[in-house]
Amino acid sequence: MSWTTVCDYHVLLPERGACALVDGEQVALFRTFDGQVYAIGNLDPFSGAHVLSRGIVGTRGGEPTVASPLHKQVFSLVTGACLDDPEVAVPTYPARVAGGRVEVAVRPGLTEAPAVPSLSLVPQPR
Amino acid sequence: MTGRTEGAVGQRRIVVVGFGPTAHRLVETLAERGFDGRITVIGEEPRAAYDRVALTSYLSGKSVADLTYTVPDGVVTRLDSRVTGIDRDARVVTTADGTAEPYDVLVLATGSAPFVPPVPGAEHAFVYRTIDDLDAIRVASEDATDGVVVGGGLLGLEAADALRGLGLNTHIVEMNQWLMPRQVDEGGGSVLKGHIEGLGLSVHAGAGVKEIVTDAGGRVTGLVKPDGTLLDAQVVVFSAGIRPRDELARACGLEVGQRGGIVVDEGMRTSDPDVYAIGECALAHGQVYGLVGPCFSMAEVAADRILGGPAGFEGADMSTKLKLLGVEVAQFGAMAGALDVTYMDPVGGVYKKLFISDDARTLLGGICVGDASPYTSLRPFVGKPLPAAPADLLFAGAGAAGLDLPDEAQVCSCNNVSAGAVRTAIADKALTDVPGVKACTRAGTTCGSCVPMLKQLLEKSGVELSKALCEHFAYSRAELFDIVRVRGIATFSELIENHGTGRGCDICKPAVASILASLHNGHVLEGERAALQDTNDHFLANIQKNGTYSVVPRIPGGEITPDKLIVIGEVAREFGLYTKITGGQRIDLFGARVEQLPRIWKRLVDAGFESGHAYGKALRTVKSCVGSTWCRYGVQDSVGLAIALELRYRGLRAPHKLKSAVSGCARECAEARSKDFGIIATEQGWNLYVGGNGGFKPRHADLLASDLSTDELIRIIDRFLMYYIRTADRLQRTAAWIESVEGGLDHVRQVIVDDSLGLCAELDAQMAHHVATYEDEWRATIEDPEKLSRFVSFVNAPGVPDPSIVFERERDQIKPMVVTP
Repeated sequence: MSWTTVCDYHVLLPERGACALVDGEQVALFRTFDGQVYAIGNLDPFSGAHVLSRGIVGTRGGEPTVASPLHKQVFSLVTGACLDDPEVAVPTYPARVAGGRVEVAVRPGLTEAPAVPSLSLVPQPR
Repeated sequence: MTGRTEGAVGQRRIVVVGFGPTAHRLVETLAERGFDGRITVIGEEPRAAYDRVALTSYLSGKSVADLTYTVPDGVVTRLDSRVTGIDRDARVVTTADGTAEPYDVLVLATGSAPFVPPVPGAEHAFVYRTIDDLDAIRVASEDATDGVVVGGGLLGLEAADALRGLGLNTHIVEMNQWLMPRQVDEGGGSVLKGHIEGLGLSVHAGAGVKEIVTDAGGRVTGLVKPDGTLLDAQVVVFSAGIRPRDELARACGLEVGQRGGIVVDEGMRTSDPDVYAIGECALAHGQVYGLVGPCFSMAEVAADRILGGPAGFEGADMSTKLKLLGVEVAQFGAMAGALDVTYMDPVGGVYKKLFISDDARTLLGGICVGDASPYTSLRPFVGKPLPAAPADLLFAGAGAAGLDLPDEAQVCSCNNVSAGAVRTAIADKALTDVPGVKACTRAGTTCGSCVPMLKQLLEKSGVELSKALCEHFAYSRAELFDIVRVRGIATFSELIENHGTGRGCDICKPAVASILASLHNGHVLEGERAALQDTNDHFLANIQKNGTYSVVPRIPGGEITPDKLIVIGEVAREFGLYTKITGGQRIDLFGARVEQLPRIWKRLVDAGFESGHAYGKALRTVKSCVGSTWCRYGVQDSVGLAIALELRYRGLRAPHKLKSAVSGCARECAEARSKDFGIIATEQGWNLYVGGNGGFKPRHADLLASDLSTDELIRIIDRFLMYYIRTADRLQRTAAWIESVEGGLDHVRQVIVDDSLGLCAELDAQMAHHVATYEDEWRATIEDPEKLSRFVSFVNAPGVPDPSIVFERERDQIKPMVVTP
């Protein structure tokens, strides 16, 4: 697993997203209310626009989510699954906070044990 | 010999004689049901059918256009045209100008004429039926001090209300011993009299008319009663009953009743099978019906029969509930019975009586004066077992008795809709609100008195009428607004921790952001509030399909200097933006990437522009026509007012977007009546219309108040907007909000004009706070480096534009290319 540092943790606003360009991939990063970070693909599969990082972050039944800013389909930040359409999902990427900086791993690799307590390890894209 | 065959329906020619509401309902029904023959309507009035039930509102500011029904496409109308003869053998009607109109089916909808008693001088009196009658009364009232209405029935009181509204000392003369003898008994009549005299009108019951006296110039000076006493009056209006207009039918040999009215069978057919008669001219089951509900039913039956259907008119419930001169009066079912239960409060002006069968089990009818609340819930039980103890029923407001209506009970008498039909529509169409029920069943769309019943049916239908905003809050938007206001809550976190669950979603977060903005008016990107905003509010621009944004600077009232126009052009050219003029008289610049937005705003702000809030659930524009400054027809400065209003309400966050317009004269070039609040200039000031919108379901705004000074106008708009912001649901535009408020526009008027809830001072203070604390969101953002840092496409590569955004060119401008997923 190769981690890429994308920004300082404090740059991410609580319950808001930001987009990072990692190896040519657009990655939507989110910091949730409890301080976790998540990374999913920025491409909205419904509209074809790269906008998911600009959606509203929330929860559905306790699961952290983002809603597409274009047509409001809700995606799980944990699994990337579209909760309004079981046929659709977006990729998820491992993301963590290390030394006050946010790191993501875009290339699939070996899963490491968490090195930092405040990190979130999310499942690989399907 | 009918000369037509079944199945040749498409070629048939229908001629309708008379163009009142009943004729309109007939042609509307035919059009809705796809009749594709030729329909010609011949009316003697110079205008298309209008709402006669609302006639009096014409004198209080509604225009003819407000009252006029829309004629369905393809219907030929011949207005100002009097039919002089019907040749049933040749099947041709002839009009006064000699034109012959051949028909296959003839429908007589000639209505009725007011009865004018044959007393000396009667030719100098007025009647109260048409817009021309009202115009004549208005002119005569200009230099009159006193008016008399002869007839104390429903229409007579309506006319008396009109005379009072025209500023006359008004008398009502009624032959019977009490007012409204067809609707109430003596006890009810005396309570009604108390109300009406309390308003300053004089009631002369048990009195007739001997003579109308005039001066040498033929001007009315008074009315002499049979006992010889003289009532001074310059305006006399007869409203002493109606007579069916059956003269054409008589002349062509159709069967008419002994006391008038064209005899029809239950299919509304006259003695000639090719001729129908509907409305007040028809004698159905030996009776002439003068109420709009039965007349509409007749029109629908005739339409069905013309199309080959089996519908029949089975007579109609003559129950009425109305508000005359501010007094509620209702009558349903029988006006007598073996037993009765009466409640009378002469001090409070309330009279209620129920008639019951001799075994005390069956409800026969009832009368209400001063409080008609039992009417809605009890009328469907006429002829059925009493649903509760009579005394409880007298005091039960609509629904309070928890009654379950039988399916066959009629809920809406205007449109003949049963409780069963409403229940079926709710279940089949999965309806969840009153507007939905109205749209599907037509119930509640004419007089509106059954709306509480519709609400009750919805509530009892098992439909989950959850007011919860979303899974995170069990409250409606209006309730959340009150929680935030009363508890002084300043953040979303505080609200959801104490009054909700989870961490919100794309429904509740923007709604709470809007509530916080309406109450506190801080910057929408300040602190935690930034995370609540929809992308448009978050980037202070409108997201487009490819993830770019459009930018709309405010151009108040649509007025702009050449220099500013040039700046917009230069900015568009510099950033390569697609440029389009909007419907709200401003200019939209498309195709800006996130990182370009602050630089675009900087250029615009430096040139004196500010945010147009095109992205927000907020005031958008106040459109205007050029007004009296330039236009030869204008009567007021519409541009000046539009600018003042747009600057006053700019940035005001609301449950939905708000649009407005100001027209400088009645020609209405600014299309103000399609707006949430629209203003139309009058010679005396301004008329304010509310609740209009274009969009998915276009709707004309309704008159809220007329001839206002500019100060009065602004005060009422302030309160209207604040009351809407306080009580509307999320994404509910003003039209739907007014419809959902119990009591509708009248209630809104009472709250914001008459201050019936004592809220006005608070609403005024809230708007004053908004106006005082407004700041331009664009300027505040470009002056704040922390906020500015969010405007990047990539957090790890701030200078890199999003490579996925590409454009092609069309008509010399850019156009987004989107890879379809």
